[in-house]
Amino acid sequence: MSMINYASREINCKLVYYGPGLGGKTTNLEHVFGKVNPNARGKLISLATETERTLFFDFLPVDLGTVRGFKTRFHLYTVPGQVYYNASRKLILKGVDGVVFVADSQLERMEANIESMQNLYDNMAEYGYDLTRIPFVVQYNKRDLPNASPVKDLQAQLNPGWPVTDPALQKAVPDPNFPGEFLTWQLPTGEWIQRAPAHEAVAVTGDGVFETLKTVSKLVLKSLG
Amino acid sequence: MPGASSWSFKEEDFRIISEHMNALLRETNVKSLLLVDRTGQVVANVGEKPTFDPQAFASLTAADFSANDQLAKMIGEHEFSSLFHQGEKESMYLADVAHRVILVALFDNRTTLGMVRLKVKTTVEELTKVFEEMFSRGETSAPKLEGFASAEVEDEIDKLFG
Repeated sequence: MSMINYASREINCKLVYYGPGLGGKTTNLEHVFGKVNPNARGKLISLATETERTLFFDFLPVDLGTVRGFKTRFHLYTVPGQVYYNASRKLILKGVDGVVFVADSQLERMEANIESMQNLYDNMAEYGYDLTRIPFVVQYNKRDLPNASPVKDLQAQLNPGWPVTDPALQKAVPDPNFPGEFLTWQLPTGEWIQRAPAHEAVAVTGDGVFETLKTVSKLVLKSLG
Repeated sequence: MPGASSWSFKEEDFRIISEHMNALLRETNVKSLLLVDRTGQVVANVGEKPTFDPQAFASLTAADFSANDQLAKMIGEHEFSSLFHQGEKESMYLADVAHRVILVALFDNRTTLGMVRLKVKTTVEELTKVFEEMFSRGETSAPKLEGFASAEVEDEIDKLFG
């Protein structure tokens, strides 16, 4: 739930980075923290275990700048990825404006990705949120590793798309991140499908981190209009 | 946003909320009072200006309250409507208001927990009426921001990211 102050012309939005344990959610925030001008961001708060596993969440407020005359601030949160921490993970989704799913590209983490994606849908549904209707971006992290699955396989497993019933949205939309692919397309059966935008990333080096943030920022701010 | 519980308040609501908070501040001698919504955003703040980052504080407050709500359910309680954290010099008392916001009182040895608890209870009752009246106006969806659905917004964001 974004907080909009019309008097001071400020917008505050909540973004949540979701995904399996050790997938790179905290690393995304650490990269943003390291690169953004200190005047444009707050402290990075981490509620983590002694071994730096996220226990409850990480939190980083970032000033994006002025959009349409409104000072725009994003509150970035991560959730604990480990299956064990579902109770606290669900709490962080309360009032979310946009979700980034950070998938671990490694072949052997496919099951964990699928389980986490299912868990995201379930937890969102419990709040009455529909993931197909709110700003949602998928990031395929760790693309530099030799055991990374092909993006095509990851897309098929984690981001196959959902049916588009609104006739106004039934038109082909090319995917700017994957040439030759589409974000909205028609099946031979006539049914229209839409999928979430996706980015490849190597969060430890910062590749794809800001691209992902930019995509979800656009979707969130456009949803306010 | 479909499914999200959005609410908005007007300038007059804000004035009434601030009046109640300022009255509590005077009556109890607490250092400062914050009103934080359950998603972790600061709604209002009166008294001494916090020396900490209010946004980080709000996010932790909301998380603190949410975690304690779950703990309450586990032991068969519906909720813990208030929480108290005691420090050596500084303490804080948190109270739920209408299940949507949290009133946080920060205080030191210039007042007592008993006084804070007693007076906060009355303020919570008053604020609950204010918020319930606000919510009863209907869950009107937040007014759309003019021009935000346009392509220019994308250009502006592209520029901000450089």
